[in-house]
Amino acid sequence: MADYLLSLITFFPLLGMLILLFIPRDNPGLLKSFTLGVTLLTFLISLPLAFDDIFASSGAMQYREFHEWISIGSFFKMNYNIGIDGISLWLVMLTTFIMPIATLSTWNSVDKNVKGFMALLLLLETAMLGAFVSLDLFLFYIFWELMLIPMYFMIGIWGGKNRIYAAVKFFIFTAVGSLLMLVAIIYIYYYAVTSGAPVEGFGIQEFYQLGIPSDAQHWLFLAFALSFAIKVPMFPVHTWLPDAHTEAPTAGSVILAAILLKMGTYGYVRFAIPLFPEAMQTYLPFLAFLAVFGIIYGSLVAMMQEDVKKLVAYSSVAHLGFVMLGVFALNLQGMAGGLIQMVNHGISTGALFLIVGFIYERRHTRLISEFGGLAHKMPIFATIFLIITFSSIGLPGTNGFVGEFLALVGAFESGLRWYAVVATTGVILAAVYMLWMFQRVMFGKITNPENEKLKDLSIREIVLMVPLLIFVFWIGIYPNTFLSKMNPAIEQLLIHVKSKQVAVVVPVQPVIAQNLVLK
Amino acid sequence: METLGQIAMQNVNMAAIMPSMVLCCFGMLLLLVSVFSKRGRTAHVAWLSIVALVITAIVTISGWNNPQEGFAGSVVLDNFAIFFSMIFIIAAALTILISDAYLQREGYPVGEYYPLILFCTAGAMWMASGTDLMTIFLGLEVLSVSLYVLAGFFRGDTRSNEAGLKYFFLGAFSTGFLLYGVALLYGVSGSTKIAVIAQHVSQMPAVIDNPMLIAGAVLLLIGFLFKIGAAPFHMWAPDVYQGAPTPITAFMSAGPKAAAFAALLRVAIIGLSSIQADISALFWVLAVLTMIVGNFIALSQTNIKRMLAYSSIAHAGYALVGIVAWNQIGLSAILFYMLVYTFMNIGAFAVLVLAGKKGEENLTLEGFAGFGFKRPFLGVAMCIFLFALMGLPPTAGFTGKFFVFAGALKAGYVWLAIIGVLNSAVSLYYYLRVIVYMYFRDPQEDFAWVKLEIPAVVSIVLALAGVLYLGIFPGPVMELAKMAGF
Repeated sequence: MADYLLSLITFFPLLGMLILLFIPRDNPGLLKSFTLGVTLLTFLISLPLAFDDIFASSGAMQYREFHEWISIGSFFKMNYNIGIDGISLWLVMLTTFIMPIATLSTWNSVDKNVKGFMALLLLLETAMLGAFVSLDLFLFYIFWELMLIPMYFMIGIWGGKNRIYAAVKFFIFTAVGSLLMLVAIIYIYYYAVTSGAPVEGFGIQEFYQLGIPSDAQHWLFLAFALSFAIKVPMFPVHTWLPDAHTEAPTAGSVILAAILLKMGTYGYVRFAIPLFPEAMQTYLPFLAFLAVFGIIYGSLVAMMQEDVKKLVAYSSVAHLGFVMLGVFALNLQGMAGGLIQMVNHGISTGALFLIVGFIYERRHTRLISEFGGLAHKMPIFATIFLIITFSSIGLPGTNGFVGEFLALVGAFESGLRWYAVVATTGVILAAVYMLWMFQRVMFGKITNPENEKLKDLSIREIVLMVPLLIFVFWIGIYPNTFLSKMNPAIEQLLIHVKSKQVAVVVPVQPVIAQNLVLK
Repeated sequence: METLGQIAMQNVNMAAIMPSMVLCCFGMLLLLVSVFSKRGRTAHVAWLSIVALVITAIVTISGWNNPQEGFAGSVVLDNFAIFFSMIFIIAAALTILISDAYLQREGYPVGEYYPLILFCTAGAMWMASGTDLMTIFLGLEVLSVSLYVLAGFFRGDTRSNEAGLKYFFLGAFSTGFLLYGVALLYGVSGSTKIAVIAQHVSQMPAVIDNPMLIAGAVLLLIGFLFKIGAAPFHMWAPDVYQGAPTPITAFMSAGPKAAAFAALLRVAIIGLSSIQADISALFWVLAVLTMIVGNFIALSQTNIKRMLAYSSIAHAGYALVGIVAWNQIGLSAILFYMLVYTFMNIGAFAVLVLAGKKGEENLTLEGFAGFGFKRPFLGVAMCIFLFALMGLPPTAGFTGKFFVFAGALKAGYVWLAIIGVLNSAVSLYYYLRVIVYMYFRDPQEDFAWVKLEIPAVVSIVLALAGVLYLGIFPGPVMELAKMAGF
């Protein structure tokens, strides 16, 4: 059983989708319950991964599965090669955790073509999980591209007014980046074969050891970096994100923010940085600049938004800037901060999109000016919203603080000191745009008579938010549950990267930061 | 010609042409059958031609790994020819399955239609197995004459007439180029046999100083490039594709195109291998030009049939990349790509055939508004074919493009591969637009859709199976394509 656990988790939703196709389309309740059941089961099956202590002691890949898949004589070998380490573990868990919540959020909001939506949801889950567990570049690419298709339909069919533009833009932006990455993938393969390296197919762990000459590394790195930067999204290739987020249905926005965007950051950690460490060193200042610029730019633009959903979308650009800055620090604190911030962003921003969904379902508008004083009518909603707002800002005690603090400390300790200083203003800006929005929506007198009729959250909606709130505090108060299982894998990654890079002076690490990460 | 004299004395070896002979015999038999059938009844002719194709397929496959040379070395039934023959047979079978109900609906239930497709397929087989330029020419003519008739098959329809006539005039012109090229090469080498020409070319001290050889080779290649629809010899394609009956368009874009590729590959790789560098350089330009012309003009089309015509030009460009690479992967990739393209393109056209309204064809983007919800099966099938044409995993379009570009990268043509993938990025837009109309727009009016005809549905299901199987498990067929290489 344990031998095939990862495959089971990955393909269980797909199996569910195939069964779903036989459920009659005129029974939306059953379709939704079935999908919820499948996603919940997937989460339950994946739980043993989270409780496995091996990740706390070893940075190596666990739960490996390896089968020959495509083998064409002397031409190619592609393998079904999967496994996870402490880095992908939490992203897999995040995916299986968010999917039932996203499914539950569709209960009242998706009413046309329910069958299609549920089928796409399950297909998307398999594609996302597949991308996180793939250890073969060819396999990864297939899952990576497969993710596009369900999301494209979700935005295009169930989206808002401007959905067609948003869907096509999303699709073309992401696909263009990945096509160039495909050329790079094939190039690496041939380099590996002709250099006589002992490669088995497109396995990334063999590719790590290649030592690609640095002039080739630059081009290959740029191809990978562009593809992932579009997905993150980093300034200036972020323009698809506000459109996609604003137009997507709530469940689509939640998945997009919570999981799909993590593909980009994960791509840097798993592929772009360890495959091309030397090129990474060259482009580091530039990429870190883009990350910081994204933080400031995203925050400023978010501040000026009149639409709550757009505001949350731009706040994503800023938050992912912190993730990237932490990752680019290339030290333990920074990487750990970046990774934990990925999970945090998934939880907080996912929750924010759900909240926006709640008020949109009630009022069919998302304009801040339409609201005001909601706290009087919806006390439970106000409490939950406030906690999530704090988490998004990064208030101590919530998850956001841990992630941003570690990422900034990491950046400060590495060569990115001044970048960290500038990025810190982003935390203040986050407080400005989030609190200002919260104040305008929730506090004050009820000026719009429409808002008098608003009902507080239903049981379903509360059930939806409670798991997210638990993790807001869990990560905020005791992050070691998560950090301890990440650290071995991160350390191993850093040792690999540093060994390939030209020696740099490693600054002395402050005691506080070390304690926080290493217990 | 000396070859003519030798044929009588040498062993003729019928085994080398057995598959095409079987097909021709069935074709002539079916001509008679359709003459003696009741007017307007053609279903039995269609089914008999499917039987003919199945028998031919069995005969063809039985020759695998057992190359047969015949007619004094002017025909050979090797793995290469067999692989291509199977592509033609599949293309013909899928086409025939979507044809019958369509012909009834459009008011041309004429039995001769099917024998013509069979003759066309036989001609394609000779092109793939010809080792003498005259054999290839013979095959090309049989193929073309059948197609001229088929393109103009709807006598009462001006567009179909235009298609037939245009194809005939331009086709005849290009055949002239081809024949002139053959004559010049004969003048250079004293033979029309590809192997003999190859020998002469390789012994020449300075090939580039021999204008007759260069002119002959170029004229010959132009003849093939015309049939392939490569830019700048693509002008005929959109009009002919749009005007011809839809099943014939589907067939034309798959079978005859693959036949021209087969002949081109044999002539180029065996006959002109000693001037490989020049040929690669030439095809580099042609491939890039063809991809760009096809994709960029397709962007502005509002008629789906015409859009698919331009997309078929673009796909010819992708396949040409394999010739530029000039290595084993590139060659096998072309074979694989031709098979993949047959499935995905005929599949897309089959959906178009079934998307018609009663009494008229439905080919514009506007007509496809809301199509995906009205016809769920056809909608999903069309999506899969379009994703395959885009080259997205896990469809065969992805693996096909992957192998072609891998061939180019292996040979060091990094820029060509980059131009290729950027071109497929451009193609995303016009393929996605069909999906946008099918799923993201509301239908304007409710049509009286034609009912799902079983044979056409079978054709779509077979094409879907091909697209998904070759996309997820490309290994076995790619292995066969590798064995079929020279």
